[in-house]
Parts: sequence; structure tokens; C-alpha cells
Amino acid sequence: MEFEITAGVGGRILRLVMEVEGAQGTGTLDSGEFCSRDSNSNSKRWNHMRKILERPSPFTYHTFNPSYEYLTALQEYVRVLVVGAGGLGCELLKNLVLLGFRNVDIIDMDTIDISNLNRQFLFRPDDVGKSKAHCAAAFVNKRVEGANVIAHHCKIQDKDVDFYKQFHVVVCGLDSITARKWLNSLIVTLDVSEEDEKIPFVDGGTEGFKGNVRVIRTPETPCVECNLDLYPPQINFPMCTLASTPRLPEHCIEYVRLLLWEREKPFGETPIDGDCPQHISWIYEKAQERAAQFRIDGITYRLTQGVVKNIIPAVASTNAVIAAACSTEVLKLVTGCSRFMDNFMLFNDLDGIYTFTYSAERKKNCLACDRGEARQLFFSKNVTVQEVYNYLVESKDIQMKSPGIQGYNKEGVLKNLYMKNITTEENLKKSLHVDFEIPDGGEIQVADPTFAVAVSFKITYE
Amino acid sequence: MKQQKKDGEAVTTSTSSQKKSSPAQLRIMKDLNELNLPKTCSTDFPDPDDLLNFKLVISPDEGFYRNGRFVFNFRVGANYPHEPPKVKCETQVYHPNIDLEGNVCLNILREDWKPVLTINSIVYGLQYLFLEPNPEDPLNKEAADVLQSNRRLFETNVSKAMRGGYVGSVYFERCLK
Repeated sequence: MEFEITAGVGGRILRLVMEVEGAQGTGTLDSGEFCSRDSNSNSKRWNHMRKILERPSPFTYHTFNPSYEYLTALQEYVRVLVVGAGGLGCELLKNLVLLGFRNVDIIDMDTIDISNLNRQFLFRPDDVGKSKAHCAAAFVNKRVEGANVIAHHCKIQDKDVDFYKQFHVVVCGLDSITARKWLNSLIVTLDVSEEDEKIPFVDGGTEGFKGNVRVIRTPETPCVECNLDLYPPQINFPMCTLASTPRLPEHCIEYVRLLLWEREKPFGETPIDGDCPQHISWIYEKAQERAAQFRIDGITYRLTQGVVKNIIPAVASTNAVIAAACSTEVLKLVTGCSRFMDNFMLFNDLDGIYTFTYSAERKKNCLACDRGEARQLFFSKNVTVQEVYNYLVESKDIQMKSPGIQGYNKEGVLKNLYMKNITTEENLKKSLHVDFEIPDGGEIQVADPTFAVAVSFKITYE
Repeated sequence: MKQQKKDGEAVTTSTSSQKKSSPAQLRIMKDLNELNLPKTCSTDFPDPDDLLNFKLVISPDEGFYRNGRFVFNFRVGANYPHEPPKVKCETQVYHPNIDLEGNVCLNILREDWKPVLTINSIVYGLQYLFLEPNPEDPLNKEAADVLQSNRRLFETNVSKAMRGGYVGSVYFERCLK
């Protein structure tokens, strides 16, 4: 049997399967032959996978050729990286090894908290305080025969490009937009093949009863950065509502947290510690007083702690659904046994079940996945560094955290416009055009923790 | 989903960009923007537009070198981060891992450097040298010998040097803050 070489979507993975074929020198596929050679076939363990991978179907990707080799490839050759070993990470890891992926790496900087145990089912009470990545890997390696899960207990930023290049697919269940943006900006620019293909990347996210899955195959699909404006901004109640017209219990709690704490300093100069029962009790009592004043019900200790710590309850069932969809996409990306999801799925089971999948579009001049021209920013002629800084942080489709800004002046000399700890705060008040002589059409460079590399913008004055 | 065009952001023009920063410049910019200094350390940029040359001041608050003030000069080369920055100690110090010319023996500045390390890693590495001087693999062999044989004497020598004075035949400038 000859496999067709296809560039483009999923080609990287499918070629890998062909190498397996070549190495073993087989030409024909007939069920009797592979049964005798394949140790997997001695047990019924992989029967369900084999039904998918060894039978033709009208739904397969066009490069798919039913073969037992796919299962061997999953088990022996394919390497998957799971980013995050929390609610989604536990589900993902379990799903992947049960699908037959053996060589899975898992990375997480966190340690296990007692509140994780209800849904992060790879952890036990004795594991509290230990590394999530290590415990998850140890559990799965012990429980699932053949599993070879490697744990990395560190930040994703501590791993270099060569680490990420080893993997054929990356699947991530992160809880922070910063980390997600960083990982995205790294993966969509990582050159792993002669063609412009990048490592396929499946991103899952949940928040309470809502979740989403996306399949990112740069350059065919948009990346996280392309649709960044889909992430809602953090909810901040307007100060006037908090101060004079509270309507919700949350308003009362926020009032105490943001205004009263500073004014009354119940514990001296100590900032609020969301895990300190005395702090929460004080806020709880004060919030109750304020709620009584405005006849608002519903303040509880739990709600108080939830608002102070900005907790959104994690729902095990949402995690399970999202992780299942992610794992299925990983299997499809690796084998082509079914067409990939195109490319963004929303899920909501707050009230009944709602799900919708649509094809999101790439953004021209995306800060992460479009390496063409720098994106243009329009400002008035007398714009200050502060205004540029604010735009980079507040703009819905940039959402930086702590940008450091440099720019080329009209002589082509690189000037440091603002970088905390290095330039003075005075710089923020200065004008780009007058003080720093950044010309119309001039370029600025911005470094930010949400990007793995510095990003360029073009400044145009209006 | 159609992207909405908003003010402050739009399509690009085709004018070519006039300058390109070197990879070293882009990377050091990122390192420094995310620098998270311990409270015992501070940086000094003689020219804030030049991120490739700067100083780091370490004032340990514990250990042998408590109350001292040590200045390190960083020179970041064009091959950063594939090569570590060149780091020299500008303050004369009686230390097993720093010689009298200011050369520093720190593994991550030499054989253990990796591009994934950052300026922050070096800052923590240097700070650690002051908390835990390492008599194995010394640059100042005399100091190392003293540290290994007589910690008390080593401590006295360190204070003597930091106050400004002779240790053996070597004169040290005062470096107490």
C-alpha cells in the first residue's frame, strides 16, 4: 500500500505514520497479517480504537488510510504535550492515555490544594501540597499499562523552544489568559517543518458552566490572539455604583474590599489576604452592614470569599465535556480518522445544553500568527507614552499586562520610551512625536509577559 | 466572525519598516521588562536607551556580606541569549568565587548557561554567591582555603575587607553601604 504525501493540514503527523510503515517494510494490509504481528491485537483492549482506525469511513480526512499502523504510531511515536494539570489537565491526561497515546508530557507549575480534590481526580488527600504534574503523571503511569507520562513541574515560560518542538500536538487546559497568550505566541511561530505548518494546538477553556474548544492549525486557522476580543474583560463594577447605588450583594462586598479596607485599615497596613479567615470575616460583616442599609439580600461568607478571591466555581462536568472534545480533536489531528473541528466550539450547560461550532477567521496582522507587516496603531499627533501604554493594556484585542515600550526616532536610534524600573515615570507624560521624535509611520517595539517575543507596531498620527 | 474595525487599529500600509532590532536587543528588552528584583538588588542604567550595558547593585541583608554593597557590570553581546552576558564585579571583594580583577565564577555564566535563562536567573545566581560562597572550584584560592579551614577567620576577613583595609597583602576599598 502506498501512502500519499500531502502537504498542508495534518500532513506533518500523517507523514510520521508513513515512516512507521516504511520502517517495517510492509506493503499490504490484510487483517490476518497484522493480527499475528501486533501484540495489541491479542487483547481486546484496543478493539474500539481499532474500529475507528482500521475501517474506512466517509468522514475521514482525505489522507486517512485505514491501518493498524495508526494505533502503533499513537503508542510508539506520537508525543503529546498537555499544558496544565488542573481540572482540564486531569481529564485530558486520562482521556489521552486511554485513547492509546503513551508518550504524553504534562507541565504545570502548581501544587495541589485541598479544594482541587473534588474534580481533579488524579489527586488524593495525601497529595495536598505536592506537584500537580508529578502526581498526575505518577497516578496515570501506575494505573494505565504502557503509559509513559513525563511530568514537568515548572512554568511554561521556563521551557525553551526545543522543548516545545519535540511534540506533535499540544493540548492545553490553562486557567489564565496571560499564559494562554504566551503559549500561543510561541507555538504559532515555531518552525517545525519546511512548509509553513506549525504544531497543531488544541485549546480548551472552562469557566463555571461555560466552556470552549478550539483547534489551532496555523496558518489554516486563527490563533488565540486573532480572536482575543472574545475573552470578556474582567468584571469591574463602576465606582459610582459601589459608592452610592449598590444593587447586588457583590457591590457591597466590592465596596468594602476597595474602599472601606483602605479607609479603616482593620489590620494595619496588611493587604487583604483572601485565605485569611479574619480578613474575610471582617469584610463579610462590613458588607452585611452595608447590604442592610440598602436592603440587599444574599451576602454569605462563601460569596464574600468568592468575590474577594475572584473565584468562579469550577464545574467537573463542564471540564469533562471540554476535555473530551479536546482529546477527540487530538486523535483526529494525529490520525486524520475524522475531519477536524473547524475551528471554534462554544459550550454552555447552565440552562439545558447549548453548543455551537463555527469557523472563526484569521486576523490580518495578528500579533502572534501573522509575521507580515507590523500592526498599525493610530494616535493623535500629541499622544503621550502613557496613552500608548494604556491603549496596549486596555484594548480588547491586545490586552497586554505590563508593556515595556521602545521606539525608533527619526534618526533611526532606538529610544527607551517606558520600561518600569529602568526609565522614570516622567517618561509617561512625554509626547511620542515631540519628545522622542518618533516619526509618522515609525516603529515601536513592545515587550510584555503575554508574548514570548517582543511585538512591533507602526505608529501613525492622525 | 468578522473583525470589526475600530479606531486606533486598522489595516497596514505597505511602507517597509526602516529598522530592525537585533535578536539580542529584542530579547534583552523582554528580559528587562519582566525583571523581578529581590529587595536586596537594584539596577542602574547609565543610558536608559542602551539596554545592553547596565549595572546591578547587590546589598545582601544576611550572611557574611551583610551591609556590603557590590556593583556588577553587565555587558550583553550580540549573540545573547545564545551566549551569556559578560558580568564583572566592579567592587573589590574578598570572595572565593570572585577574583581581584572582578571575574565571577558562577556556573550559569559559563558552562551551564542556556538560552532559556534570563537576566533574572543571573541576578538570583549572583545573590546566592553572597549567601553561600562556594569554596569548591574557587577563583580566589586563598579566600576559599580560609573559608574551608576556618569560617570564623573568613568572616573576620570579609568584614575587614568590606570596611576597607588589608587582608594579607591585598588592600580592599571600603564597600559598606
